[in-house]
Amino acid sequence: MPNTIQIPTPLRPFTDKKEAVEVNGATVGELLADLTKRYDGLRRHLYADDGRLRNFVNIYLNDEDIRYLQREQTPVKPGDTLSIVPSVAGGAPTVAEELPTLTQEEIKRYSRHLIMPELGVDMQRRLKASSVLCIGAGGLGSPAAMYLAAAGIGRMGIVDFDVVDYSNLQRQIIHTTNDVGVPKLESARNKIAAMNPHVEVVGYETALSSENALELFRDYDVILDGTDNFPTRYLVNDACVLTGKPNAYGSIFRFEGQASVFGTKEGPCYRCLYPEPPPPGLVPSCAEGGVLGVLPGIIGVIQATEAIKVILGIGEPLIGRFLIYDALKMRFRELKLRKDPDCPVCGTHPTVTTLIDYEQFCGIRPEPAAAQTGAAVNDWEITPVELKRRLDAGDDLFILDVREPNEYQINRIPGSTLIPLGELPRRYQELPKGKEIIAQCKMGGRSAKAQDFLKSVGITNVKNLRGGILEWIDKVDPSQPKY
Amino acid sequence: MALRLGDGVREAIRAHGVETYPNECCGALIGRDGVVTATLALANMTEEGPRRRFLVRPQDYREAERRASELGAELLGFYHSHPDHPARPSQYDLDHAWPFFSYVIVSVKAGVPEGMTSWRLREDRSAFDAEDLTYAQHHTDSHPAAPLH
Repeated sequence: MPNTIQIPTPLRPFTDKKEAVEVNGATVGELLADLTKRYDGLRRHLYADDGRLRNFVNIYLNDEDIRYLQREQTPVKPGDTLSIVPSVAGGAPTVAEELPTLTQEEIKRYSRHLIMPELGVDMQRRLKASSVLCIGAGGLGSPAAMYLAAAGIGRMGIVDFDVVDYSNLQRQIIHTTNDVGVPKLESARNKIAAMNPHVEVVGYETALSSENALELFRDYDVILDGTDNFPTRYLVNDACVLTGKPNAYGSIFRFEGQASVFGTKEGPCYRCLYPEPPPPGLVPSCAEGGVLGVLPGIIGVIQATEAIKVILGIGEPLIGRFLIYDALKMRFRELKLRKDPDCPVCGTHPTVTTLIDYEQFCGIRPEPAAAQTGAAVNDWEITPVELKRRLDAGDDLFILDVREPNEYQINRIPGSTLIPLGELPRRYQELPKGKEIIAQCKMGGRSAKAQDFLKSVGITNVKNLRGGILEWIDKVDPSQPKY
Repeated sequence: MALRLGDGVREAIRAHGVETYPNECCGALIGRDGVVTATLALANMTEEGPRRRFLVRPQDYREAERRASELGAELLGFYHSHPDHPARPSQYDLDHAWPFFSYVIVSVKAGVPEGMTSWRLREDRSAFDAEDLTYAQHHTDSHPAAPLH
């Protein structure tokens, strides 16, 4: 005695519009086989290529799903009814479907990623679809950009308007001796192209500014802050918060480094930690104080790691965590950071809703326009060219170098006297009375502080050498080495 | 092929997509001879994340067939929404499609319904073909009535 199979609407065109078909067999599988023998067109809709029932095809024996019986081996008795009942499924394209595919060459290149259970092909495709904007191709930007490019980030933006200098080479490993004098962008682009031609490099040979930051950031998934000054650091922070882009942050000085991830929705921003910048000149830069060459390697690669984690949504990014690294002690410390509800940028009632003048915010005097001409611009400072002219004219000047002894060892203005800034309060009486004093350091920052200090103890006939010894070497004495 | 949506059908699908946004909605299309005269909103029972998936379970499918026959009509297909994605079928849609059904997709962008399309599985399961979607002549926001004197 034959059994009956109920046919659902979409399959009836194959069964001559019949709602039920009579078939023979001893098991569910045999009944279905008889059905597809009679109506061959059904086969590909019921069975996948591997011969198994498709997962959206439900077979009910009377009212029981055969998955809870013995599946296709379930025996049937005379009079039992089989029903084919559709599940209807679908959906929007998944992220994975929309991602770019990997070429054979890329599969080889990234194979050590592809075999990791946490990564794999889809994660690698996600990296390929992602973009990171490096602010600066210097100490931090160099290792970060190289590792991100090697890892397969699809698009790398780099903002830098500097030219490679010998003093960069001790740490900015994306640049080589041959690149001295070449724009950093060009140098970085060449290295990345040689390392991984699948990465698109977009260069911005410009200073990041309040005018261009928001527009630049919008095109990227993560911003990597490799800046070396406070105005740009606050600019990057605020622009990240305003555009909703995570900021893989790092900073370095001598033997110490810091890293965190700012600007995410859930986490704090740089201003939650430092609402106000330090007074100008208080925190020395790497150009003034130096930096261990390998230090940016550690910190820049931490930033790159965090960028990748944020892009892939894996692990525990440094969100709300502030990592402090001491290379001398070889120790990492971690501080908990909280989002400040009163933060002027990312708090609940933000007062900073557009980008501001960050030079002014950080209390930095804008450079006078006349400075470029080499002429003296005011009575408290002197240009190197003017100093040279006066020395040649036989003026009796006392040149006070306030740098450190190891800097003085590298270069000096002939006839200058070294009293480091830190020793000045107990040694200022060594200065000759009545002589005009020219205070000088590497770039003019510390000597300006020396000038302020001397004024506070009543010594007022002091001029600051504008641009320090670096400008002196550029304009007057190129025979001396720069650092 | 062509599918015609009767009075209020387009609006009902769009409203359902807005209601469940950012999740996907799903429902049955009931009618006869290529004209949808009624919709049956169904629960999205997917366990794979309703923002990107929908699933009509067998019980609900049976309910849809029952409703169709009560109305003296047929089950013509199913509709679902693509939140923040275009109204184009995905690979997943293709992998799970039934033949001869119309699959209507409405795109819902940021909570606002946008394009609507309809698709049919090719008999060899290799792809979907778009089918013309026509609407009953009545007042809708994108087909305003002709102005009167």
